[in-house]
Amino acid sequence: MISITLNGQKIEAREGQTILEVAREHGIRIPTLCYHKDLSPTGNCRICVVEVKGARFLQAACVTQVWDGMEIETHSEKAVASRKRTLSLMLANHPPDCLTCDASGSCELQDLAYEYQVEVPAWGAKGTRYPVDSDPNPFIRVDMNKCILCRRCVLACAEIQVRDVWGVAKRGFEEVIVAGAGTTMLEARCESCGQCVAYCPTGALTNKMSYGLGRAHQIEKVTTTCGYCGVGCQFDLQVRDGRIIGVASNPNAPVNGMALCVKGRYGWDYIHHPDRLTKPMVRRYLLEGKEKPKTPLSERSASALWEWVETDWDTALGLAAQRLGRAREAHGPDSVGVLTSAKCLNEENYLMNKFARQVIGTNNIDHCARL
Amino acid sequence: MAGLATAFGSGAMTNSMDDIAANAQAMFVIGSNTTEQHPVFGTMIRRAVRQRGVKLIVADPRRIDLVDFAVLHLQQKPGTDIALLNGLMYIILEKGWEDKEFIAARTEGFEAFKETVMRYPPEKVSEITGVPVEKLYQAAEIMGTVKPMAVMWAMGITQHIIGTQNVLNLANLQMLLGNMGVPGGGTNPLRGQNNVQGACDLGGLPNVYPAYQKVTSEEARKKFEAAWGVPLAPHVGMTVTEMMPGILEGKIHALYILGEDPIMSDPHTEHIRECLEQVDFLLLQEIFPSETSHYADILLPGATFAEKTGTFTNTERRVQMVHQAIEPPGEARPDWWITMELAKRLLEGRVLAPDAPYASWEYSSTRDIMKEINALAPSYGGITHERLEAGERLQWPCPDENHPGTPILHVGKFARGLGKFHPIEHIPPAEEPTDDYPFVMSTGRVLYHWHGGEMTRRAKGIMQVYGQALIEINPEDAERLGLDGGKRVRVTSRRGSIEAEAWVTERVPPGMVYANFHFPDASANELTQAVLDPVAKIPEYKVTAVKVEVVGETAGATRSKV
Repeated sequence: MISITLNGQKIEAREGQTILEVAREHGIRIPTLCYHKDLSPTGNCRICVVEVKGARFLQAACVTQVWDGMEIETHSEKAVASRKRTLSLMLANHPPDCLTCDASGSCELQDLAYEYQVEVPAWGAKGTRYPVDSDPNPFIRVDMNKCILCRRCVLACAEIQVRDVWGVAKRGFEEVIVAGAGTTMLEARCESCGQCVAYCPTGALTNKMSYGLGRAHQIEKVTTTCGYCGVGCQFDLQVRDGRIIGVASNPNAPVNGMALCVKGRYGWDYIHHPDRLTKPMVRRYLLEGKEKPKTPLSERSASALWEWVETDWDTALGLAAQRLGRAREAHGPDSVGVLTSAKCLNEENYLMNKFARQVIGTNNIDHCARL
Repeated sequence: MAGLATAFGSGAMTNSMDDIAANAQAMFVIGSNTTEQHPVFGTMIRRAVRQRGVKLIVADPRRIDLVDFAVLHLQQKPGTDIALLNGLMYIILEKGWEDKEFIAARTEGFEAFKETVMRYPPEKVSEITGVPVEKLYQAAEIMGTVKPMAVMWAMGITQHIIGTQNVLNLANLQMLLGNMGVPGGGTNPLRGQNNVQGACDLGGLPNVYPAYQKVTSEEARKKFEAAWGVPLAPHVGMTVTEMMPGILEGKIHALYILGEDPIMSDPHTEHIRECLEQVDFLLLQEIFPSETSHYADILLPGATFAEKTGTFTNTERRVQMVHQAIEPPGEARPDWWITMELAKRLLEGRVLAPDAPYASWEYSSTRDIMKEINALAPSYGGITHERLEAGERLQWPCPDENHPGTPILHVGKFARGLGKFHPIEHIPPAEEPTDDYPFVMSTGRVLYHWHGGEMTRRAKGIMQVYGQALIEINPEDAERLGLDGGKRVRVTSRRGSIEAEAWVTERVPPGMVYANFHFPDASANELTQAVLDPVAKIPEYKVTAVKVEVVGETAGATRSKV
């Protein structure tokens, strides 16, 4: 253990810890932008600068390790002034689109501008430098005008997804984040996982499918488990007015953390597809109490007895019970087969098992584990 | 699953994904296209390779994306996994890299197994598998000297007539190397569907009650008879791959299908069509009018995962909450409610033993159902909604309320006591290429789609990226056939034919094509055959003999019969 002085308080720290880590452990909030706990710290945004006694310059807290006897002021006049100046420079190159921006309310730049009360400077760049919504990727909306060059997207792609789609091109005022060698994301082998969106602190990368449908304060979040593959990723469904409008990473997800795949993050719109079945339906012949007509499949669509009729639950369930019961009576319990679903809940699978074994009396139950 | 249960006494992934990602020093991925089928675990493997320098060996007939991260790619011919594994184990034994202590203390059947393996010298194995001898030695050296090594596989191993033997041989490999019951090791079958593990765990199989209690065991049957208040059938039921032909044989007269789409997911589609057309009564509970719905007599509207609360169990036996976010549309209902209501109607007028504690079908929520599961499924005994809601992370077995769950199986002792080695002989696939059908077709899914495609074909952005079936074919073959950009091919097996756009790519080796079953107009299952592994009853999806013809540049997929 080593001893340091943080904002006038003597505290113990472990060797190798950064100033930021020690401060967070002691409940002192040093603002950050390019830093994220899941990604390698780069120290490039300079928002987390603090004053260290004896150092010639302000030090970036996210990359500077503590040493024995270090004296740190996290909110000295000099540090705060520097943060304000940095924010001012960022805002000079950032369109003040908060009124229409999807990220408003969840934007870290907006929060810092508010906290430090920094406005867009009068001399700030006017207009847009890059095309808005510049990439044809169907899931990820790219607006590099809002980019503050924090490189979290670059790191998320390199360190979480390990796909290396994003990179940094050019230098100085021209510096810009590009996919591949300045191509489209998909051409740069993007897998559309959306990790870059999840880590972007501003509205530079947002979710196209959710764009304009709701902002942070309007959205209800419901944590759940993904319904696609067996990895068992968790995420937050974003709900507004009884509809799913998006999927957001939940950092506490046990298996996946912030990571998701294209299906989990962007494959949800089937839920509201107009094809959804919304009423029980039975074939006309059942409603008329007739036997199943021996119509070949190709002729069924033309047959009135094969017409689908929407009905109420009681009728549909009554008919279903009657016909299953009849097969059971006539040909024995083993003439009924039950296919349960690897898409459904544990509780539902248990009930299907109980249905087959207790209600029907057969062990003819299976699902698609083999397929 | 059957394979692991035979070798160890329990058929599930032995280690956790985070454990493998953090602790494995080597990884052997065979028959799993992990970055496309379990994408987030795929990225965890990539991270382990890049950030920790894990040595990754990929064995796959295709040059899958994960090969880019592997130190070694063993490109075996489809259906030669047993020979490949025997060849690797031959070298391990030849060099003395086996874990003698582990074999002596924790296993049985080693000598008979060794005798078989010693009949697979590298030269012979190379001839069968097409993997160069040199690569066999390189792979065996990594396996023999870098510990622990985790083995991962998926349907590339199991969807063969010898799927169970493949799994047994992977169990052999990990026992030989002493990689069982340790962090970063284990035998890890990656389960496909979100809740296929749970469906198996909770009795969705013809041979077992919940928690794998055998229907043929009198003790288990008595337990469930007492719980449910009825006499139960003492014999094993039919698998899905037996039920379908069972319709034509007059054995099956009615089907109740929940959220499955056999027309898309079962082998030899034309045969399945014939079966479903003949069944006396088909009750289908679905969220969409699927391909199978055309054959249904009653269609009940169920709910998606976003519309109900309960639990899923992931591939590593982790039980997690699913929370309702929205109401089901229209009059659609959660599936448990539908099954419950149907059961109540069927039980009307029937007499159940009055003292049976779980005979009733009165449930007000899935929480009530979970309480019944806790009482009857020992490995789920302590997994309650209350604990999960409180943030506990539980992997079964978790026998009681105070048990913390089990992240790694078989620590110190296998579920069956000693791990059992099985001698496994190479058997060629049921259908090998001939002059008429010179290509081998393998099937599977792609990153952007899910299984029969009912959900993902209704996801707009996904269709923009991958909007039609693509047949993967090697550039050498493409050149020989006169295929270039934008051309369509017809792929024909002895059972059917599909047409789709060709994707000329080195992902497949010469002589092989790869097709998916996401699109009804060009589903690979038109071509596959219902030839099954005799134990697991899994069809051999990964090896079908086909011929490939160029059909010009017509737009729009079509299906034609042979």
